[in-house]
Amino acid sequence: MKKTNNNNVFYDPSLAKRHRKAKVFKGLALSALVISLLFLAIFLSDMVIKGKSAFLQTYIQVEVTYNESTVKSYRKAIERKYLNLVSRSDIRDIPLKMKHDPSLMGTKKLQWILADDQVDMYMKEKYYKLKSKDLKALKNLIENNRVEMRFNTLFFTQGDSKIAENSGLASAIIGSIFTLLVTMAVAFPIGVATAVYLEEFANPDSKWSSLIEININNLAAIPSILFGLLGLSIFINMFGLPRSSPLVGGLTLALMTLPIIIVSSRAALRSVPASIRQAGYGLGLTKIQVVRDHVLPLAFPGVMTGSIIGLAQAMGETAPLIIVGMIAFIPDSPSSIMDAATVMPAQIFTWAGMPEKAYIERTAAGILVLLSILISLNALAVYLRKKFEVKWQ
Amino acid sequence: MESFQPKNKRTMLKERIIEYFLISAAIISILTTFGILFSILFEAIEFFNLKSFTYFITGSHWSPGTDHSEFGAAAIFSGTFIITAIAIAVALPIGVFSAIYMSEYATDNVRTTVKPLLEILAGIPTVVYGFFAAITVAPAIVQLADFFGLDASFNSALAAGIVMGIMIIPVISSLSDDVINAVPDSLRKGSLALGMTKSETIKDIVLPSALPGIISATLLAISKALGETMIVVMAAGMNANKFSINPLEDMTTVTVQIVTALTGDFEFNSPDTLSAFALGLILFVVTLVLNIVSVMMIKKFKEKYKMSNL
Repeated sequence: MKKTNNNNVFYDPSLAKRHRKAKVFKGLALSALVISLLFLAIFLSDMVIKGKSAFLQTYIQVEVTYNESTVKSYRKAIERKYLNLVSRSDIRDIPLKMKHDPSLMGTKKLQWILADDQVDMYMKEKYYKLKSKDLKALKNLIENNRVEMRFNTLFFTQGDSKIAENSGLASAIIGSIFTLLVTMAVAFPIGVATAVYLEEFANPDSKWSSLIEININNLAAIPSILFGLLGLSIFINMFGLPRSSPLVGGLTLALMTLPIIIVSSRAALRSVPASIRQAGYGLGLTKIQVVRDHVLPLAFPGVMTGSIIGLAQAMGETAPLIIVGMIAFIPDSPSSIMDAATVMPAQIFTWAGMPEKAYIERTAAGILVLLSILISLNALAVYLRKKFEVKWQ
Repeated sequence: MESFQPKNKRTMLKERIIEYFLISAAIISILTTFGILFSILFEAIEFFNLKSFTYFITGSHWSPGTDHSEFGAAAIFSGTFIITAIAIAVALPIGVFSAIYMSEYATDNVRTTVKPLLEILAGIPTVVYGFFAAITVAPAIVQLADFFGLDASFNSALAAGIVMGIMIIPVISSLSDDVINAVPDSLRKGSLALGMTKSETIKDIVLPSALPGIISATLLAISKALGETMIVVMAAGMNANKFSINPLEDMTTVTVQIVTALTGDFEFNSPDTLSAFALGLILFVVTLVLNIVSVMMIKKFKEKYKMSNL
């Protein structure tokens, strides 16, 4: 053994090196954590940077002529040099408007009209494609303060559209609401009933209840796309339910949400102490009465929390809905659960595949809307848990 | 007392009915699993009646929708495997080291703020990750590869794999965190008392004890990566005939081909559509086996350390 300057027999000459290694190890662990948080930060800021511009939309002020030739062709309503600068979606309704309001005939008005997506891209300093004479006309308008950016209300009131500047999330939001209503109407009662059965009625050691339990665990781990295959071959092909409808989509999502609701409801039921049940039996209540009037109300906040988390997860799910056809181009909002519809994540997927650059910011904005709904739902779940949490002695 | 009898009987009957309702609710979850299994199985059997099973597994030519459709899925499987491997290569070290930091080094304050943040990563819809992969990560990889004089595809396996890896970090980190926390403190104290440094304790004592749990978390993560659809549909390739191990090239996966087959304009009973169910069957079996092994490993770990809440 090498002689050291202190006489401690336990002195380990490699100690400094080992301590250095320990530091490096700790640094490694910390950097892993920092990297994963960095991913989150990069990801969220990327979405905000890409999406925030979609909340503003460009409008330009042009003179609209209401006369005979406008009725024949809406293209005559606007001066030729500005025609490529305005959105087709906004001026194509002008003849219809004149039909409803005959007093417009023969007048000329200075009006704010929705601008074409390329003009919008130019105003947002993004990649644009404008002919040089259109660009000149646009610069002229800008100098005269006839170009304005306004809050993009169309994004929340319009459905999908092939005209980028006219497309919005509205029909997808309605579709999501219908689909999730079906999901919750099916998954909530079945999930809670299953949890009540497993916790309060089934014999926990029996083969039967362990079979159900293994099953639920497996169900939670099956890839979501396979639920889509189930929906396609059973709900659509066997039962003949309408393709692309919120009914089929909602039923498919319900089966996926079931395990989440069951697991959290069971945990909530388990946390209700046995003394509550025993007191109920002591007063001569039947089992159903104890569960219905005492155990379930006490477990309810936990059940709600789990259901909201399940709802949030169902809301972001896309793959099974693509398989059951909820991805078609659907400009109008569905009016019942049997109509063809699309949902928010599917709308995001459709926009992401569009070739026009203007759809990129709409996709990112759609993502921001979806993420803020999901975060609020999760925050609501946390709030409910905190507010109604009962600490049993 | 006699007037009580009928009412009592009615109550008994009501109780019976409610109990049957509860049992039938529980049966629905079982029906769902078997529904998935059989709906996929029957269509897959129909497919294998039309096309050869051995060629499906080993053949390398995939050409649905043509006059002489061939269904050899070997290139699809290899693409799935490589993208999953990239995802695990990203998620495993980051996930496990994050878990080590959170359970061994971090203060309670850090834990309570960081854990929900990591959970956000798990709650982001996959379609959003797909957009991120296709619009931000893939072009960045093309530029980076260009800088090194390499040629990368805009649908590279690397972009899809990395983003998928980010997505499954929380799967690995939260389960690993649980099992590392479950390793009894006496083991750590014993090791520290013998003069080991903290990192040596973690490397030689804690991690080996937690290994079954970490492996189980990894298996679960693999199963999640195999079944992930939106990221690969949006960011990975479509070409099902190309074998490659170069992560900069475009590759396709089982889930991409399922979506492609079912969103095309094929007849439902044509082999082109049914091929999706054959691929689905493979996916179902592989993920089911992974999940069962994962659950068994975690059960063993639980028994070893006599814990009940994992």
